[in-house]
Amino acid sequence: MVNKFLTADEAVAGVKDGMTIMVGGFLGTGSPEILMDALVRKGVKHLTVIGNDAGLPEGTYGAKTARGIAKLVEAGMVDHIIASHVGMNPMIAEGMNAGTLKCTLVPQGTLAEKIRAANYGLGGVLTPTGVGTPVQDAEDELGRKKQVLTIDGKEYLLELPLKADYAFVRASVCDKFGNFKCAKATKNFNYVMAGAADQVVVASERVAEVGELDADDYDIPGVVVDIIVEGEAKWQI
Amino acid sequence: MADLKERIAKRIAKEFKDGDFANLGIGLPTMVANYIPKEVDVVLHSENGFAGLGGIPAAGEEDVDVVNAGGAYVTAIDRVCFFDSAVSFGLVRGGHLDITVLGAMQVAENGDLANWIVPGAKVAGMGGAMDLVVGAKKVIIAMLHTQKGQHKILDKCTLPLTAQKCVDMIVTEMGVMEVTSEGIVVTELHPDYTKEDIQAATGCKLTFAPDLKVMEEE
Repeated sequence: MVNKFLTADEAVAGVKDGMTIMVGGFLGTGSPEILMDALVRKGVKHLTVIGNDAGLPEGTYGAKTARGIAKLVEAGMVDHIIASHVGMNPMIAEGMNAGTLKCTLVPQGTLAEKIRAANYGLGGVLTPTGVGTPVQDAEDELGRKKQVLTIDGKEYLLELPLKADYAFVRASVCDKFGNFKCAKATKNFNYVMAGAADQVVVASERVAEVGELDADDYDIPGVVVDIIVEGEAKWQI
Repeated sequence: MADLKERIAKRIAKEFKDGDFANLGIGLPTMVANYIPKEVDVVLHSENGFAGLGGIPAAGEEDVDVVNAGGAYVTAIDRVCFFDSAVSFGLVRGGHLDITVLGAMQVAENGDLANWIVPGAKVAGMGGAMDLVVGAKKVIIAMLHTQKGQHKILDKCTLPLTAQKCVDMIVTEMGVMEVTSEGIVVTELHPDYTKEDIQAATGCKLTFAPDLKVMEEE
């Protein structure tokens, strides 16, 4: 069996300036924090970052440190963020006003489907969400115009796949092959992102031996996982 | 003001029937959950990934893996099912959600909704709102009738839309309105207001249901 284990610093060693990365989590819940910390230590610049949101800044909900993507934004590593909601992180509006940060807003369901399309080999998805709104009129993250298609008399937007160089996701439990599961509300974007990038890195709270747990205890197949990092901590309130 | 919001939340709570699957937005819409009768079994959707949203946990009882779409710690009910974001929004767009309750900045007489962005104001993002109003079977708007005297119910929205022709019902402190192909019909009027009052507070022509009812406080 291939050894997929690396340290957090080794796992991010291949991330280069200007790359596109996607990060699991929803306002910090289910974010791979040890990988965010490793990226900050590495100090890459000009990243395009795909995530549901821009994480939580320090102090939100009593957090002693920033959570999720907010760590990368705080460190000035992000040029472009592609997310559904950035209102919880004031650094995004500040960066946009200062002209140092570009933000592409995508409806949450559409964001999940664009990532899923990249993961599952689809050329795009047709969604009724956004028809007749600024989402239809605005260019997408790569500057392309949106196409509107009419199917059985109803209008849909053609939303194109969204992939990345790296996907950073967080598991609650992962076996040594990379099969993994996220507990409760930490699944969010971690499941759709696992497979939507050239390199998929899983940071896991717990690592099990192969066969130690029942096969039914895993949701995502280890065949899509390239790198496993141990030591993701349970968030402390 | 709190009383007016409570009035709106109480009235919307009556729209739920046993077995409904519903999503409540942040703020006033969340208050609706407090008034749904115990005998009406409603499963609440949390768009970050579960069906079976509960209340607020006691201090020290928080589960760090269970938060709502606002990032706050919440509880889950006994029948909860957790899933990822693709499933969560598949449920929304797929027509599996019976009701969604949201606030609004503007609603037009054809049901157009604007509730996510004000040009020039600080950007936040639509989150799941666009999917919710496009996908839910019934879209109920919970809001105060006007904003600092400005009309919010209009012949046409001037703010960027969240979705076209999606609103089914509007509940304000003044009354209950249904969006129909013939425009907005007032079905219930609160006793504090006259027909003239509600019309004067509205930026489009209202019609009144032939069987116009009193908007009950309880």
